[in-house]
This record gives sequence, structure tokens and C-alpha cells, in this order.
Amino acid sequence: MKPLLEVRQLTKSFPGVRALREVNLTLKKGEVLAVIGENGAGKSTLMKILAGVQTPDSGTLLLDGAPVSIPSTRAATGLGIALIHQELNLPDNLTVAANIFLGREPQRLGFIQTGEIERKAGEILAHIGVDLSPRTRVSALSLGQQQMVEIAKALSTNARILIMDEPTSSLSQGETENLYRVVHELRRQGVSIVYISHRLGEVKTLADRVTVLRDGQNAGELASDEIEHDRMVHLMIGRELTRFHHRVNQATTTPALDVVGLRTPANPGCPLRFAVHSGEIVGLAGLVGAGRTELLRVLFGLDPAVGGEIRVAGQKVALTSPRDAIDAGLALVPEDRKHQGVILEMGVDQNLSLPSLRRDQQAGLVDRSKERDLSLGLITQLQIKTPKPSQWTQFLSGGNQQKVVLGKWLALKPRVLLLDEPTRGVDVGAKREIYKLLETLAGSGVAILFASSEMEEVLHLSDRAFVMHQGTITGELSKAQLSEESVMQLATGRRSVQASASPNSAS
Amino acid sequence: MKKLLGITALFVVVFVTTALVDHHFLTAYNLQNLLKWTSLYAILGIGVSFVIVTGGIDLSIGSVIGLVGSLLAYLLTHQWSALAAIGLCLVVSLAIGIFHGLLITKVRLQPFVVTLCGLLLYRGLARFITNDQSQGFGDGASTLRAVTAGKVNLGTAFSVPAPFFYAALIAVVAGLFLNRTIWGRYLLALGRNETATRYSGVNTDAMKLIAYVICSFLAGVGGILFSLELQSIQPSGLGEFYELYAVAAAVLGGCSLRGGEGTILGVLIGSAVLRLLYNSIIFLGIPTHLEFAIIGAVILAGVIADEVVKRLGARRPAIV
Repeated sequence: MKPLLEVRQLTKSFPGVRALREVNLTLKKGEVLAVIGENGAGKSTLMKILAGVQTPDSGTLLLDGAPVSIPSTRAATGLGIALIHQELNLPDNLTVAANIFLGREPQRLGFIQTGEIERKAGEILAHIGVDLSPRTRVSALSLGQQQMVEIAKALSTNARILIMDEPTSSLSQGETENLYRVVHELRRQGVSIVYISHRLGEVKTLADRVTVLRDGQNAGELASDEIEHDRMVHLMIGRELTRFHHRVNQATTTPALDVVGLRTPANPGCPLRFAVHSGEIVGLAGLVGAGRTELLRVLFGLDPAVGGEIRVAGQKVALTSPRDAIDAGLALVPEDRKHQGVILEMGVDQNLSLPSLRRDQQAGLVDRSKERDLSLGLITQLQIKTPKPSQWTQFLSGGNQQKVVLGKWLALKPRVLLLDEPTRGVDVGAKREIYKLLETLAGSGVAILFASSEMEEVLHLSDRAFVMHQGTITGELSKAQLSEESVMQLATGRRSVQASASPNSAS
Repeated sequence: MKKLLGITALFVVVFVTTALVDHHFLTAYNLQNLLKWTSLYAILGIGVSFVIVTGGIDLSIGSVIGLVGSLLAYLLTHQWSALAAIGLCLVVSLAIGIFHGLLITKVRLQPFVVTLCGLLLYRGLARFITNDQSQGFGDGASTLRAVTAGKVNLGTAFSVPAPFFYAALIAVVAGLFLNRTIWGRYLLALGRNETATRYSGVNTDAMKLIAYVICSFLAGVGGILFSLELQSIQPSGLGEFYELYAVAAAVLGGCSLRGGEGTILGVLIGSAVLRLLYNSIIFLGIPTHLEFAIIGAVILAGVIADEVVKRLGARRPAIV
């Protein structure tokens, strides 16, 4: 059968990164094609090109065998391609029906025909078997229900190709199963679905075919009878597995961070207890929403603890602000680099010195020569690629920005370094440098606790890992016990192990 | 400093044109006046620039001037000593700044709303205290007036008006504070990204509070100086619209209302341009009813030119 959509030799570069290199992809009518790959493999770029959000540097797109160009999202809609973003952004003050027809409202004399859009919206929702009233305000819906609204919106434009980017990343178990049902229903009706995920369990459940990307290139393809967990991992990671060299565990028995019965405002019913020793790299694994970020926020004084104790180097500390946490010897590399990590419209040098200004001050005055020495030293040490120290961090690549965030804290010589998704949006080269840096830091006696959603990162960087599920620590895994399966079992609260059809467990 | 070239050029062009058109412009009397009013406006502009740097706004400046001016006149005519009266006025303006800062940082109200309410509140209080009667200072305040509104004779026809010295002192201290101290750096940083600044261990709430205190304090200082310039004070009119002049001076001088950007030197030049325009309109024979329209148009043109220059500059960013 002739493919519905064919992508040939697609290439796309960004400053400093070649995101896609001669990528090929075919999609047949009425199939679910899973596109998998590690973060930074090029999945999102490919999807954005198909949805008209970005334009390729070179390559051909064929729809029904005819070459097409997709210069804008409007063009994509016209061709019957719809993208459902990972992060939903529906105006939530509007109703379900108003959202589905947003921008395309049937009108008479400028008045929106509310009755008509509600009727039509109801038809579409019923068509995919979703029980939602078109009159409900979106703000009252769960994330899973909002996703259904997005899907209905896509279908209302007569989409033939539906691209779903990590659709289950913030969904609960029940919502995930409901999404599967809808995906199956759409396939039965002849809609083609491109399904992006790095949850291999759900890929196995849903996909008719799998295309694997690695470092912006095609890494392989699996037909339905070939979709096996190990084969997917092998294609995704390839030789990259060897990039982690084996580090000698230099953990000491001195607890640098001791958490006893700590309860976070997000999960006040779940007391947490664990310790991180100096010289040790401890991973914090779990699915999105497991409470890892919330824990790190409390440890850095951003949110108040509801109960329990935090001890740093044996001393009990009360943390009411990041400042307290820093004074206690803690540092946090936050999740959202551009909003929490760096000040984009400020020089690399001033970003690097910001937390140290207070220590290095001369009666309130900035010690400029110390500041210069400090930033130049860090730029050299971390090999931050910047044309000049005063360059705005805005113009640096993600990896170099992340090095600036790390550098800020290195200057303060923290006892405990907390990191939330330390290599999110960082290219492979910088990733390796960051790992090496963390290992060096641990070698010098810093205790490192990092939360990560990237399995490979958790498996290979950690000397030890804790796994969280719904706010509690469901288990601790030693280096020897660490495997994708053991982490996933704990991350899904072990409940999914019995239910073999469960999407979230790695098979 | 490159940013200030345009506004400096504007100043020079208007200055030279006016001087060429009417030779009365260059008389000592007129230049003294120009310097005096520029200095007074600059004090307000410097104050509001601290708030603007944090990404906030203060609309209450004019009313704080009205309140402080009326209060000062009232106290001086009710047997208060000059020092005690000045002291109370400054305490009141500091308290207003703290009040604004707490509402904005602790109650998390929007600066626009807080200071808009302040604008109404302090104007009303000024009129209530004085029973809405115009106030004079009588004879008692002659020493005080000599210190605040007098002139320093240089032995030539040109004497330096006293407000110039206050403005110069304030500008030097403010410039040092903003550019050389860690707190100035914190203000500039939080104006660009408050979250990342807080995550770097800066007590951003305290810094914002300080900005509002500086702004209201300098408005109070301005209120004292403005009122002593005048023979009689109208509680309903003293300082009216001055918050807008202050904001205009700051914006003309390169402060961005988005926060994180601004220099004290820029504010000084901005204030000078503002007063010069006001002055030139008279000398150039332009109908004075057009005054607001012209000042508005010039500020708008300046801001547009600035934005155009910025865009041209951004076309060739060095991307690494």
C-alpha cells in the first residue's frame, strides 16, 4: 500500500546543533507509528517540521505521493496534520466546545453560534467515545480530559494524521488507559497516528511499527512482531551505552544530607527518610508527578516543610528561603533552566558571580576584581563556550547555559548539590561533560542528589538510587540492583507488575 | 553609554535651536531656572528608576509630594521647629514606601494597583489635613528656605540653585548604589528574572521593598524642596502629574518598564530634556496649550528611535 506520508532525507540544523540528519520516515493510513529515541534524538524537531512549526533545511515531504511543503501550522491543518503538544495549552476559561472550535467559530453577524458549536463538539466527542459535556469549562477538567479536548479539536479540522508528543507524560493510570482506547478507536476509523514516547511499555502496547531516532539520524525500524523492549533499547542507545565510564564509588560513610520524616506540602501524608553521603551520587527516579521536584524544592528552602527534619553534615537546619539553604551548604540546579537557572539578559560573568556576591563583598560593594577572577576561572574550568565573559547567557547553547548554572554553585563550594533534570535539553557532547563534572565533584567530597526522568542517566550516573511514586520513596536500589525494570517497578508503585497489560511498566 | 547618545543629541539639538531662535534663552536667569527645575525633576526620576528597574511602577509620587508639602507647611505654621517638621515629613515618606513594598511583596498585589490607590489616598489626606486651604510658610521658615530654595552666588551673573546640590548628591549616591553595590546588582538581576535571582539566594522581596522605600523617600525629599520653592501651596494641586514626569524622565533616560535596565546618568539627562522642552516651547513661540502634546510626542519619538536602534543591533547577535 502506498504510504500516506513519506519523509525523505530531512535535515535541520540549529545554531550549534545538527538536530536532524537525512531522516526518513513513512506513515501508512490507519496505523500507529511510534517514534522513539532519547532526549535530544530529534523526535520533537521532526514532529515540529511535520506540523509546520519549523521548516527543514533540506529534504522532501510527500503526502499521498505528492511533494508538499508545510511552511506554517495553518498549512499543516490544511493538509490534515495536527500536533498535540506535550504541554497542553488550552485557554481554560472557555468551555470544551469553545476550545474545540477556537478560531474557527461558526458565526452569524459576528455572533458565535454557541448552540451549533456545542452540538458539533458533542458529536465529535461521542465519535471518539469520550464522555464530556461540551459546556464544561476546561479549567474544571483533568489533564487527561484536556488531552481529549485537544484530540477532538484536531479531529474537528478533519485531521488525517495525528501527532501525539509524549501524551501520557502527565496522565494518571486510568487516564492513560482511556487514551489508549481512543487511539485504538481512531486507528479503526482510519486516522494515522504518530506516537512519540520514551515509555517502551506503552509503545509495545500501542504501536504497529516503531521508528527509532538517535542523535538526529535514523537508527532503525521495527515491524510489529519485532517490537521488543531490548531491541528498542539497543537501537535507541546504540553505542552510547559505553559513554559512561565506570567510576570508582568514592562514597564515604559521612552523611552530608540527612532527611528524617520530612513531609512536603505537595504530599503531606508521606514522610520521607533518606541520607546522601559525601562523595556519593544518588539518583532520584520516578515518573512525572512522583514528587521529586517537590522534595528538592523543600530541600532548597523554596517551599516550607510540613514536618520532619533536615540535617546537613549532622546539623539540623531550618530552611525558609534559598538563602538559608545556601548558607547551610546546599545548592540547586533547577528543572527550568531559562526561568529558574539563569538570567538570560545578563552576562555570563554576572550570572556566575550572583550567588557569590554576598560572600565576596567589600562593605556592600561588589569586589570587581574578585568577580572577574571568579567568572574567568569558571569559564575555563567548565569550558563554557562564550565569545566574551559579558555575553548574555541568552546567546549560549542549552548545554553551556547549564554549565553556567553549575558554575554559579561551584563557586560556593556546596556540601550538597541538588539537581533537577540536570541534562534536560542539553546536547550529547555537553551532557557527557556535565556527567564528568558531577563525578569530579563527587570525587572531591560533594554529596550529589539528582532527580532525572532519563532512565539511562539514572542507571549509569547513580551510585545508588531512590525511586519515588506518588510522593513516597518506594525503594532504594544499590548500583548492583539498578536496572530499568527494577526502577520501573518501583516507579509505578509495584502495582503495575501484576497487571501485565500495564503501560508504564517496562516489559 | 551608547544608549544615551541619542537622548544627549536630542538635548543638544533642542538647546542650540532654542538659543539661536531667542537670545533670551541663554540669560543667567533662565539657565538658573532650567537647572533648578531639572534638578528637582531628577530627584523624582532617580527615585522612580529604582522601582522601574525591578519591573514595577510608582504612580503615587505626585500625591506623596502633595502630602509632604502640605504637611510641612501645616507643621511649620503650627509652631513645629524646622528640623522636627522635616524629620516627620521624611518619616512619613519612608513609611509610605514600606507600606507599598509590603503590600507588593507580602500581599502580592500589583504595583500599579497599590500605587494608584496611594495616588488617591495621599492626595485626599493632604487636602484633609489642610482642610483644602492653600498654605503659606509665614516668616518662620526663612532659614529653611534659604537652605533649600536659595542660590549659591558664584560671583558672576549665574548663581547655582540649591536644589542642584541636593540632586547631585543624590545622583552620586544612587549611581554608586545601583552600579557598585551588591544590592544594586540584585535589583538589576531581579528586574530581569526574579525567580532565577531568588534561586541564587537573593532575598528578592527585601530588595523590592527597598526600591519602593527609595522611591517614596525621594518623592518626600522632592515634596519638601518643591513646596519650599513656592509661596503658597495648593494641597489639591501640588505635585499633580509629577509621577508621570518622573516616569517619563526615567524612560527617556533608558529605563525599560520591563525591568532590569536603567542608569542614573540617563535619568539625569532625561529630566533635563523634559525641562528643556518645557522651556523651549515658550521661547520658540509654540502655543503653550500644545505643551503636553509636544512633550508626549517627543518622548514617544525617543522611545521608538531607541527600539529601532535596538532591533538593528539585535540583527547581528553572536550566537555560540
